[in-house]
Amino acid sequence: MRQRRRQGPSLAAATLAILRKDLRLELRTLETLTATLIFTTATFVVFHFALDRDELVGDLAAGVFWVTILFASALTINRLLANERSQGGYESLLLAPIDRNAILLAKMMFLFLALCVLEIFAFAVFTLLLLGPNPTTEMLALIPICVLANIGLATIGTLVSGIATDTTARELLVPLMTLPLFIPVLIGAAEATSSLFEAAPLIVDLGRWLSLIALYDAVFVLIAYAIFEYVVGD
Amino acid sequence: MAQPQTDSRFFSSPGRPSRSSAEQFARGLKPIAIAAVIAIAITGILAFWYAPIDADQGMRQKIFFLHVPLAIVTLCGFFAGGVMGMQYLRTRDTAWDLRSYVAIHLSLILGVVVLLTGALWAKTSWGVYWEWKEPTLVSFLIVFLLYAIYQPMRFAIEDPERQAQTAAVYSVVCGAFVPLNFIAVRMSESLIHPRVLTATGGNLPSEMRITFYVALIAATLLWIALWKFELVAKSLSMQLKKLERRLA
Repeated sequence: MRQRRRQGPSLAAATLAILRKDLRLELRTLETLTATLIFTTATFVVFHFALDRDELVGDLAAGVFWVTILFASALTINRLLANERSQGGYESLLLAPIDRNAILLAKMMFLFLALCVLEIFAFAVFTLLLLGPNPTTEMLALIPICVLANIGLATIGTLVSGIATDTTARELLVPLMTLPLFIPVLIGAAEATSSLFEAAPLIVDLGRWLSLIALYDAVFVLIAYAIFEYVVGD
Repeated sequence: MAQPQTDSRFFSSPGRPSRSSAEQFARGLKPIAIAAVIAIAITGILAFWYAPIDADQGMRQKIFFLHVPLAIVTLCGFFAGGVMGMQYLRTRDTAWDLRSYVAIHLSLILGVVVLLTGALWAKTSWGVYWEWKEPTLVSFLIVFLLYAIYQPMRFAIEDPERQAQTAAVYSVVCGAFVPLNFIAVRMSESLIHPRVLTATGGNLPSEMRITFYVALIAATLLWIALWKFELVAKSLSMQLKKLERRLA
């Protein structure tokens, strides 16, 4: 059995160091972020033509919004560990005298932040291009929905990214693995959002859907924490 | 990545003669297989001659005794695959990896049967092959899609030890996903749709309920027999390959 490393920086210090490295890399290149933002806008345009609607309301609006977020997040997940792999940073991370879960936590936080930026941008573009009703204060309820959904997406995303980096077909497998796994989050988020996107925005059943996403988050955060050391390997 | 791996470590635990694994898997196969055949025969007899003919579905309802037990066994098989994967991660015994792999593989094949019999039943009783309002159906499809990726994922990894480890991680994540997914999909449907089947058979006449339980036992025995059979076949063919390599 493997031994836990006793020396080296603490979990928090190691996590923050990796997170800082990832954020600096992303802010300097803006590679993934620009790609996902453009992808999001393009997807909204595609939906405009595919559905042949100028404005979306209610269920349909919530569905289009969240499906777009899920597809865009699959792009980010693809890049999450692949970057490390192609440049040999992965081996260095594994050789470093740190708890493996620091890698998990750092990557999860990075993905979480990336998704938050993506959602703020996507919401702005969505209200401009497709959303029927004007933004109201009720739509602030999107904040807890997005935060809880992002925790779930970030956890599963990091796990799947770790699984996929070992394979020879990683770009192919990431969306195939994430889409079914994201369905419970999609259900919770889309159902909670649909009443916010009605012509007269209302907060309906928010707690029920938030607790569904929270349950999902709790289960997968615990599993990820228990299992991630096996994902990255020896 | 770290140390060079030889193929011989795949599915056979180091330090233990590999012959024992096939024999170990074969233990109890014959009585279980015979019991499965008997249980299936009894189910057939009960389903056609003991259980009453359903008042509004008639003979068509009989597919219930095939479809529902198989669906339950398939889902339990997926879940068991996750537990076995967890066991592999804990013990590093490659026999557990083989068990987990075969469990998921077998459940996937039975999953196709479940989807097909489900579609047939839906067509005869609701008039459509697919019904989005039935949460059980939809959840099953999602789970099926998820596990359909198990094999492409597994065989896209070259290193045998990484393959076993990553497959085990995937099986654990998916195993936890199965119950969560059922909760989520059920919540998304407003429950106005008539529940034709509650798994416990709460509103079934008692003859039907007894037949259903026998069918469930038969399906479980069938699953275990096929699982053991496939385990023996897999480990024997691996042994054969190893011997051939030694001769070459």
